[in-house]
Amino acid sequence: MDAIKILSLTKKYKDLTAVDNLTLTVKQGELLSLLGVNGAGKTTAIKMLSCLISPTSGDAFLNGKSICKDTAAVKEIIAVSPQETAIAPGLTVGENLQLMCGVHGLTKEKQNEKIAELTQRLELKSVINKKAGKLSGGWQRRLSIAMALVSEPRILFLDEPTLGLDVLVRSDLWELIRSLKGKVTIILTTHYMEEAEELSDRIAIMKEGRLLVCDTAINIMEKAGKDSFEKAFIHIVKEVS
Amino acid sequence: MRMRTFAIRNTKEILRDPLNLAFGLGFPVVLILLLSAIQANVPVEMFEIQHLTPGVTVFGLSFMTLFSATLIAKDRGSSLLQRLYTTPLTPVDFILGYTLPIVPIAAAQCAVCYITAIILGLNVTVNILYAIVFVIPVSVLYISMGLLCGSLFTDKQVGGICGALLTNLSAWLSGIWFDLELVGGAFEKIAHALPFVHCVELERAVLNGDFSGVFPHIFWVLGYAAVLIVLAVFAFLRQMKKQ
Repeated sequence: MDAIKILSLTKKYKDLTAVDNLTLTVKQGELLSLLGVNGAGKTTAIKMLSCLISPTSGDAFLNGKSICKDTAAVKEIIAVSPQETAIAPGLTVGENLQLMCGVHGLTKEKQNEKIAELTQRLELKSVINKKAGKLSGGWQRRLSIAMALVSEPRILFLDEPTLGLDVLVRSDLWELIRSLKGKVTIILTTHYMEEAEELSDRIAIMKEGRLLVCDTAINIMEKAGKDSFEKAFIHIVKEVS
Repeated sequence: MRMRTFAIRNTKEILRDPLNLAFGLGFPVVLILLLSAIQANVPVEMFEIQHLTPGVTVFGLSFMTLFSATLIAKDRGSSLLQRLYTTPLTPVDFILGYTLPIVPIAAAQCAVCYITAIILGLNVTVNILYAIVFVIPVSVLYISMGLLCGSLFTDKQVGGICGALLTNLSAWLSGIWFDLELVGGAFEKIAHALPFVHCVELERAVLNGDFSGVFPHIFWVLGYAAVLIVLAVFAFLRQMKKQ
């Protein structure tokens, strides 16, 4: 079953077409990576799918709900972990989770359950009473993902979740993202080839707002006739100019 | 429930910043103490406590503008708002969530100023309670200025605009420290066209028990508050759409 069905989604800003006629489907439980150089339209696509901005034309259906006509219903089933770490710096880790529980309307009992579950699942116990603004980048990113999971989303958008993190923290977060695969439909944007290759069921490569290819990493390498995914990516992106 | 959670978060963010406490509560109290000390040493009535305190309580509200503007601008800059826009929170939840937590802080600030003034010799009357109640619409006016600035500017710009420009406007054009008639001319006319002097006159009238003196100042305050709220809501929704 398709969790996301994108139909000719387009976003224009005056003369600039940030996303150009994007058509794509994502299956339930699938992890799809959006890959592209700067200005490819990845973040704009995610912003439209998460109802942050309206498309100029086209539509997308998330679990059958239109992002243009049924934004309230879409917001009930999605969660976003934005590119920059989106946490309340003056609150503790526990209070940040509580904030998200509250804005999603969870009862007090359910809030306690959810916070305990996420604390264990994302190994946040050691920092639960620390102020979020004082945590390292890796912990903040981990908290950011935990906050996105509070609402038990059916579709999760991760916008460059490991950007600027060291290799060990990145490996920890990859493990976490892998553990979500199959249970949640995930759209992940990244600049890192190995991240896309390692985590994704399929990879969509975008350039200047257009979708160039969407397939598994192995099929993309085969189509490009290259022995590494990075070479295949460069070949595909350079080929289309 | 959703709005309440968001409002509680905003209260915590404001109250946990030691600079907010220092400026919001400490600075107006220091002003009352300092100016009362000056008054005690000069033969003319310059900063008589009955006249000074309502003015300082209004001047202190300019920090409420700074608090609300800084909080919103920082949230916008940190992407927290972007995350919250994807939750079921509605625009009304956001606007009330940013506004309501600051109203009791403003009332508390006002109460602390009056307690300080009582210690320095202000007569204890029921009018002090009325003055604290009447500070609520005035605080809404100042908070909506913050909501407007926070929606339009970055947190660094907010520091300059609300921290320096607005506090100075609120100080010089309000008649707190000197009688505007002494300057007269265009200065006085501009001051009377802005809300600050009306806020101060409103509070002075209430503290003096002169409830007919509340008019027409209350209309100026409510009128400016209504216009600023509309502008603030419009600016907030506009930046929300621009996400």
